[in-house]
Amino acid sequence: MPNKTFFWFFLPTGLAMILFIGLPIISTGIQSFYAQHDQVVKEVKKCDPFGCTVSIVVDNEETSKIREAKPLGKFNGFGTYTDRNHLAVDEIKKFWNETESFGAFVDQVTNLPFYKALIFTLTYCLFVTPNVLLLGFIIALSLNAVARKIRGPLIFGTILPMIVTPLVGSLVLFWMIDSQGIIGANIQNLMNDPYLSLKSSKTLTWITIIIYGIWHHSPFAFVVFYAALQTVPQEPIEAAIIDGASRFQRIKHIVLPHIYPVVTFVALISLMDNFRVFEPIIGFSAEGSAQSLSWLIYDNLVNEEVILFGSAAATSMMTIIGIAILLAPVLIRTWKEFKTAR
Amino acid sequence: MRKILVTLLFLLFGTSAYADCNIKSGSINILANDFPALRTFVETSKQCKGSADFKVTHSSEHNKIAVPALTANPSEFSARIAANSSIVPLMNQDLIRPLDDLVKKYGKGIQDSQLITIDGKVMAVAFMANTQHLYYREDVLKDLGIAIPKTYEEVVAASEKIRASGKMQYPYAAAYKAGWNLAEEFVNMFIGHGGEFFKSGSAEPNINNAKGVATLNMLKKLSELSNPDYLTHDSEAIKVEWESGNVALMTLWASRSGTLLDDEGDPNITKATKLTGPATVGGGNIPAATLWWDGFTLAKNRPDADAEATFRALAHAASNKKMVADAADQAVWLVEGFVPGPKSIGVIEAVKMGAKPYPMLPQMGLMHGALGSEIVEFLQGKESAEQALKDVEAAYISKAKEQGFL
Repeated sequence: MPNKTFFWFFLPTGLAMILFIGLPIISTGIQSFYAQHDQVVKEVKKCDPFGCTVSIVVDNEETSKIREAKPLGKFNGFGTYTDRNHLAVDEIKKFWNETESFGAFVDQVTNLPFYKALIFTLTYCLFVTPNVLLLGFIIALSLNAVARKIRGPLIFGTILPMIVTPLVGSLVLFWMIDSQGIIGANIQNLMNDPYLSLKSSKTLTWITIIIYGIWHHSPFAFVVFYAALQTVPQEPIEAAIIDGASRFQRIKHIVLPHIYPVVTFVALISLMDNFRVFEPIIGFSAEGSAQSLSWLIYDNLVNEEVILFGSAAATSMMTIIGIAILLAPVLIRTWKEFKTAR
Repeated sequence: MRKILVTLLFLLFGTSAYADCNIKSGSINILANDFPALRTFVETSKQCKGSADFKVTHSSEHNKIAVPALTANPSEFSARIAANSSIVPLMNQDLIRPLDDLVKKYGKGIQDSQLITIDGKVMAVAFMANTQHLYYREDVLKDLGIAIPKTYEEVVAASEKIRASGKMQYPYAAAYKAGWNLAEEFVNMFIGHGGEFFKSGSAEPNINNAKGVATLNMLKKLSELSNPDYLTHDSEAIKVEWESGNVALMTLWASRSGTLLDDEGDPNITKATKLTGPATVGGGNIPAATLWWDGFTLAKNRPDADAEATFRALAHAASNKKMVADAADQAVWLVEGFVPGPKSIGVIEAVKMGAKPYPMLPQMGLMHGALGSEIVEFLQGKESAEQALKDVEAAYISKAKEQGFL
């Protein structure tokens, strides 16, 4: 395609991307460098049906004057990024100097909200992504081998987890693992421990969410792999069969190299999706045991009666940076291959 | 069934039976939480809408919508039904208007005690009160010869006795869901211990002390007597636990008593369900509970004509003797003519015992948020009470600095 044609094809998409993705990210970035102005408070008398007290309120007249002068807020530089609820630079320095063993230091650091969330997010990515790829590939291979007649219904059944809304899917599982639900009660019987609860233990909650993640994301990998399998040429496979190659050898030496670019693509998308894990935490009411970066943003925006725009913006920017770092190795590799291919 | 019949009759004859308030113009759009008493209140105000537009949004997510919706100019809603805590963000952002003139002009039936005044200006009109108090199963306590608990220490002892008897494995329940609910339980217990959240006259936190530790230890003791899934249980979930007969002692909102004691569910459990005042804790004499009011506020960013129409409709409900007589078991109404029924015991006892209202401070929301996430690990047994309180204070300080309170 000539560059000019490509340009005109891409223009509408490009404009929409700048408008709806680029500009909001820039605006979020700017927001993350600002904090609220110092609140001007005054003491007043407050009366309600239960009596009167003297306490403080925000002085709206004074505050609105300051706000009009500087609507963005007080410039805070990287202040929000480095405070305790984000990168916690000062706290980490302090822990490093105060703690005696490395284990104690790690304990202290993982107790900070941002690192707690980061560790869960990374654990989730690390377990879900490879398993999704593997499971998706196995399902695609097996479905590719069954008789054509029953393939349609089987494919439909396989992609069901992706069709079910994430929140609904996680809620169904949430009820099943309840200590009185079908899975929860059976596990209690099996382990002979009436106090065992999948929801109260942190480890078990993590495992539940990870299993849910694999269940929910595998169909996507499956669909893409299944499509790619249709393009594998038959001649080399037949030749390999004649040469006496086993099924495993055929997959390893012919099928996998052929669909390799697709694997990279699925891995990229999967990583990006998993890094933004959010719905299962809400669906499983797992806020107590598992917090992800996306959940932190949500928490800053809606869980408080006072909305923390600066905090939410800073976490958003760091999530974007996190995804970029995670994707970098795969992207660099693809770029190198692209260059050698030329 | 009876409820449906009453509602139907209401629909058939109700509308014609009430004279409207002669509102000629303006549009009314109300944002409110979703529970029966508020639905009754809004329905009553609708009867007087006259020729004004009338819209209402009942949502349990009202807190998330309120500030953005009222910040817009013109605001999406002309009125917001708020409570002690949810009026604060509206005040902080200057989103609601003083009601003095409207009260003078149209608020004839509203009692002075209903007016929420801040700095001498009426900012909201309250119409119902709420608190969290104890519910108990009379049959279970009688069988085991346990007296009705008056303190949380007695609640713990009673629950242990029930567990030991083998009747119930998890005899106690309270809304300990991580986040807002759990933080609210901490607030109650901390106030019961006589704690103050902030150093006087400042926004500096003041919870990392003996009172805070005692509060956490009591919450932990109670959580050990609750269903192990307690960190995922909100008010609705523990209500279900109660109705399934798994629980004999419970701390729950007064406003939930209506649906807890309705005709649905096992009649034996409903019959044995009794209400009593909130418990005290740690030898204190004020209850470990906070008093709440629900009232209406009017959006600032809305034309005066809308505000007037909205006020007249809502004031009609906030001074409606017939409504409080008909719906006497739905809430503890603050409206004139309300005769407290058996379901109001909790709130009335709380007021008698001198319960404190939920602190209406501009930075309280940040403290509440920090509590909701930072004390979880203590309850899970992963860190000490002192460390948890230190974490709460640190999380609060960062947020308060960003928000300009410190």
